[in-house]
Amino acid sequence: MLELQNVSFRVNDEGSDKEIINDISLKIPGEKLIVITGPNGGGKSTLARLIAGIEKPTEGRIFFDGKDITDLSVTDRANMGIGFAFQQPVRFKGIQVFDLIRLATGKKISMADACEYLSAVGLCAKDYIGREVNSSLSGGELKRIEIATVLAKASKLSVFDEPEAGIDLWSFQNLIEVFKGMRNNIGGSSIVIISHQERILEIADEIIVIRNGQITANGKGSEILPRLTGTGDMLPGCEKTAPVKA
Amino acid sequence: MELDEIQKRLLKEVADLHKVPEGAYNIRSNGQSIGRSSTENIEIIPREDGQGLTVKIKPGTKHESVHIPVVMTKSGIKELVYNDFYVGEGSDVVIVAGCGIDNCGNADSEHDGVHRFFVEKGAHVKYVEKHYGSGNGAGKRILNPGTEVYQDEESFVEMEMVQIKGVDDTTRTTTAELKQGAKLVVRERLMTHGDQNAVSIYKVEMNGEGSSSDVVSRSVAKDNSYQKFDAVLRGNTACSGHTECDAIIMGNGRILAVPGLEANDVDAALVHEAAIGKIAGDQIIKLMTLGLTEEEAEEQIINGFLK
Repeated sequence: MLELQNVSFRVNDEGSDKEIINDISLKIPGEKLIVITGPNGGGKSTLARLIAGIEKPTEGRIFFDGKDITDLSVTDRANMGIGFAFQQPVRFKGIQVFDLIRLATGKKISMADACEYLSAVGLCAKDYIGREVNSSLSGGELKRIEIATVLAKASKLSVFDEPEAGIDLWSFQNLIEVFKGMRNNIGGSSIVIISHQERILEIADEIIVIRNGQITANGKGSEILPRLTGTGDMLPGCEKTAPVKA
Repeated sequence: MELDEIQKRLLKEVADLHKVPEGAYNIRSNGQSIGRSSTENIEIIPREDGQGLTVKIKPGTKHESVHIPVVMTKSGIKELVYNDFYVGEGSDVVIVAGCGIDNCGNADSEHDGVHRFFVEKGAHVKYVEKHYGSGNGAGKRILNPGTEVYQDEESFVEMEMVQIKGVDDTTRTTTAELKQGAKLVVRERLMTHGDQNAVSIYKVEMNGEGSSSDVVSRSVAKDNSYQKFDAVLRGNTACSGHTECDAIIMGNGRILAVPGLEANDVDAALVHEAAIGKIAGDQIIKLMTLGLTEEEAEEQIINGFLK
């Protein structure tokens, strides 16, 4: 479904080139839930942004369903079937939750249709559908709305950048259920989740570990997960979402 | 009363009217009243010189509306009208004004209206004023509204001022004087494009104890347009005031925001906020990840912002 061939991404950091992604090649097959994990600063989020087209690689090519998408815009990739959930969701003054979900579906939908996506991420739809996506929403609420927009878009490949970051325990447990539900109804699509969370890693079909811009492990979840336990690549609770610690 | 298609379109833009309104109304077209109706509680009296109206609303009038739209479809007209509104004690009414100019000619068309509101004790007025311009002529579409509001004790005035498209030059001046417990809420939405120029001036005097005002402008300046937002709130007694200018600039658009507060009493609590900037890149990217083009994303963001 998605293939990266020798992809590198460098930025200019105070006059010297800094390698964020260093010659990564990988394949994301269809009908799989893939979790990309690894230490902070290792290049995971950059990889997700390269897939969505928000960043462009300095070297290498990206293929989606056999087509070279390296030079395509974010919009073109979205219309080809790539969805992306931001780690830090964006706020909009004036745009309502309903508007955002309607735009995500790309068609005219009823309030009831939109409410289904909100219910799926554990939000009481009638309380949120008319709210503005602005600073009156908490970080956790925004995060769930962000995920609802990606569900509504119904992409062939959905990429979630650290969906657990900044949300509370209740939301997190709900989130796991959302991803399990997506996995069960995966159809011909694929899901990529950038995450440190053990409980998200547990539901992965495949795990890719990225460290210092390179892949250090890649394989079946059941094989990779035991090797990660106790290392900095995985958080048993989550240092980022402290209340999650069970 | 017969309306032609351009008049109908302008009326729809400025007053959401698809036909002759119910209740009290006066429709002015190209310098003349072309239709007028009073009701039992709301009397519309033309001024002797023909240049304006006196609108008298009886005390206790509830849930009634007054529509006084103005449309101009001929090029080269310049007019100045005075409309006075006397809103009786304890009444609760909606007043819809607004002006639409369609100028296909080469001479400037200008409508300057001065509206004075005398709002008696405990009355509630919702005032909606929309401005709209269309037509491809080289002649400008110019609107200079002046609004004076005199609020008696415990009265409440809400004003919705909207100018979204097509007005080349406008200076909007709104002044208000508030007595004890009176409340004024202003919501301005403004978008300028091309070489347009728009100036909004608000001067609010809070003279009565417990009075309050909230003047908020949301605006977008595109292309080479220029806007100035100049809001002064004066607290002369124990009162509260808030003013806010929230603006997006695009292209070579320019905005000057001059929020002014003057506290003349130790118990006057006054706040101002002003923010001007371009559309955040993340907002555009988020909508692009949903399949919108950059232009479509900008349009959605602006539509939402000005909603």
